[in-house]
Amino acid sequence: MKARRLLFVLQAAFTILIAAFLIVPAVMSMVAGVTTNYAKGVSSGLTSAWIFQVWDLYADTIGRSILIALATLTCTLLIGIPAAYALHTIGGRTGRLIEELITLPLAVPGLAIALALILTYGEFGAFRQSSLFILAGHVVFTLPFMVRSIIAILGAIDVQTLEEGAASLGAPPWRRFVDVVVPNARPGILAGSLMVVTLSLGEFNLTWMLHTPLTKTLPVGLADSYASMRLEVASAYTLIFFIMIVPLLVAMEMIGRRSSKTGLLL
Amino acid sequence: MPRRLFVGFCLVPLGIVVLAFFVLPLVRLLQVGASGADGLAAYWAILTTPRYRESLVATLALAIATTLSTLIVATIAGLFLQRNAFPGRSLLIAMLTFPLAFPGVVVGFMIILLAGRLGLVADVARILTGQRLVLAYSASGLFLGYLYFSIPRVILTVMASVEKLDPSLEEAARALGAGPWAVHRDVILPALTPAFVASGAIAFATAMGAFGTAFTLAGRSDVLPMVIYTEFTLNANIPMAAALSFGLGTVTWLALALARSLGGSSVAATG
Amino acid sequence: MTQAVRGAAIRLAACAKSYAGNQVLSPVTLDIASGETLVFLGPSGCGKTTTLRMVAGLIRPDAGAVFFDGTDVTHVPIERRNVGMVFQSYALFPNMTVAENIGYGLRIRRVPKVERVKRVDEMLRLVGIETLRDRRIDQLSGGQRQRVALARAVAPRPRVLLLDEPLTALDASLRERLRIELDRLLRELCITTIYVTHDQAEAMALGDRIAVMTQGSIAQIGTPGEIYFQPANRFVAQFIGAANILEGPIEDGSLRLPGGSIKVANPPSAPVAVAMVRPEEIDIVNLDTAAWKGRVDTAHFLGNRLRLTITEAAAVPITVEVSNRLDDLRSGDQVGLAVAEHAVRVLDE
Repeated sequence: MKARRLLFVLQAAFTILIAAFLIVPAVMSMVAGVTTNYAKGVSSGLTSAWIFQVWDLYADTIGRSILIALATLTCTLLIGIPAAYALHTIGGRTGRLIEELITLPLAVPGLAIALALILTYGEFGAFRQSSLFILAGHVVFTLPFMVRSIIAILGAIDVQTLEEGAASLGAPPWRRFVDVVVPNARPGILAGSLMVVTLSLGEFNLTWMLHTPLTKTLPVGLADSYASMRLEVASAYTLIFFIMIVPLLVAMEMIGRRSSKTGLLL
Repeated sequence: MPRRLFVGFCLVPLGIVVLAFFVLPLVRLLQVGASGADGLAAYWAILTTPRYRESLVATLALAIATTLSTLIVATIAGLFLQRNAFPGRSLLIAMLTFPLAFPGVVVGFMIILLAGRLGLVADVARILTGQRLVLAYSASGLFLGYLYFSIPRVILTVMASVEKLDPSLEEAARALGAGPWAVHRDVILPALTPAFVASGAIAFATAMGAFGTAFTLAGRSDVLPMVIYTEFTLNANIPMAAALSFGLGTVTWLALALARSLGGSSVAATG
Repeated sequence: MTQAVRGAAIRLAACAKSYAGNQVLSPVTLDIASGETLVFLGPSGCGKTTTLRMVAGLIRPDAGAVFFDGTDVTHVPIERRNVGMVFQSYALFPNMTVAENIGYGLRIRRVPKVERVKRVDEMLRLVGIETLRDRRIDQLSGGQRQRVALARAVAPRPRVLLLDEPLTALDASLRERLRIELDRLLRELCITTIYVTHDQAEAMALGDRIAVMTQGSIAQIGTPGEIYFQPANRFVAQFIGAANILEGPIEDGSLRLPGGSIKVANPPSAPVAVAMVRPEEIDIVNLDTAAWKGRVDTAHFLGNRLRLTITEAAAVPITVEVSNRLDDLRSGDQVGLAVAEHAVRVLDE
């Protein structure tokens, strides 16, 4: 029917327009990062000079971001897996209340958390000026994602019956946790891990306030470059950031497709 | 070791981290907020001082406008994508959700590329009207930026909800004679309302607390997060910054609490 | 012979349990002999699973105590009670292979590897799944999972075996087949076994004794024969097999019914009685000489039997099952009925 066809075309056009709005600048930035002169366009030739310049200027931020992301992951795994298990076991109102509490960092703007951290620990010079300070902020911010992800999988695999099975065979609580609970929570742990790493790499609101000139991360460097560098350099820097997160996003999408539950956690 | 003890141990690391790096700092924030020249009155400054009030209103207006526009965009695109199969669908979805991981600063940069002095919009405008149109550093640029980071998130949630719609309800409506517009109005949109409320509240909360985007599009300094930032860094008015942060946090938390009570446990992320 | 350990004698002493104000289990006292298989039979919500989990150590009774061989184990948690448990959903560990699942209890008890492997192989042979040794759990069918669950529970030589509706998740034909195997296995193992089910055919086939439960208490406990032929009350009579419940005044040791009168095995002293008669115990006899008469309402040929609904014989229609050779009974026919005295059992409500 003609009306239906028209509707389809209009919707398609609209959707493509929105997709273009989102993607075109990203593509532009990727191209600008390897273009000799942005004002003149691609006709001025392609070059990797900008990327090398970014490396000279900002290599340390890239390395630091990766290290902090991995450290954040380690911390959230060590803290989050047992915590998620405990919260799932406790259940009921108490469990949900504690879950609400740890989800609070998502409701409070990063700026406010950062401010709060500075006011509390500003005097501890060594801590305040190290990357550990940033790590603390990242952990507080990403922990809810890890915990939520694991609680979801624990619910899905009926972990209570598995535990009863292990208990009936004589396994004490810590044994059950190690032999049965954690191995079977792997999908949730994986999804949570990808989420945490992606969030940590891209975290700005907290990190901008917490950083010092010696503890800059990648997003902080990006903000610097947007303000003070040539467009080409800023674009090359952004290009590097894209290259880092695309594999993570793809991995999350693949996992999300394999299990629709974890996909919704995005 | 008895089970209860083990479960208790499992919570200890969490407890330490949350107390030390979240609860304690927030308490300190509250304390400092009340320690300035105005004392506790600082907490009301957000409503009483014209400058702050205007900032709050501007931020609210921006957040509400962003939320509504995003919901409309996401519904049209989401319904279309979820219900039609065509070559390139996965690619389109990937394009729409790729910016999910962008920090606010990168979003700001995207807007500069799109609508800045050397931007696409400027070029197109020059071709059409002879004059460069620079939107990026104005209110519309900021709005575009907020739209940019809200759309991917909300589209995902809407698409997930569309997938869960019960087709038999629409079939029943059609059997009773309802045309496509009526089916949308009477069956589909009402069924999607919980998803709208949930994702709308999250979009609102994110927009309220967004900092990076406004920071990059340096022209605007009147959204609340930027005001807080300038109070802290430029004016060294720490108590006021603390009090304002607390106010901002309260509004955001209320919006999210509303979302949770009205349905679903979707998650907010960066801003 | 696989089982070298004697099963424990179990005693439940006035064990009761309530959840949120609801009494799920009224105080129950029960003795289970070493090596006996006791079946808890009843509809859902009757308390049978609660009782099982109490014996297992997964829940604690609000009142009363549980004894294994005279030792009070009420406060001993399940991981130290040395029981073997088969769960309704099997609770097999997806992250381990079949062999690893079966060997888990032995691993916890630090049995040396050589002996552990030997025992696992023995278990695999016992339940007939040697070829599945290294398979992952999600590759197994329902019947195979059931066998792994059983092997896993039995491998550490527990003194008590607990089975929570182990066949419920399987389809009918598989259930029948596995029931026979379970029966053979339980006889071979000689462990004290508690088996929970809502399926009375299973209960009759597997139990040395059956405890019929309803609404948190035991309605009757006895051998399958006792339960079937001498039900204590209406609930048990109707839950096990079909039963005709006949009410009426007692005159001279006979029960007076609308269609006549029948002699009663254990006439009570009360003037009125409630009795039950199994459908297959009633015969169709010559109408003229019958002391009890009725009228055929429906006649269904079931293949191996003929099932009749007879009205006018009692206050409610009764069911009669007779030989499939009687093919000349039509709806509306008047018939004579007879039942042996010992088959008419008076119930204590």
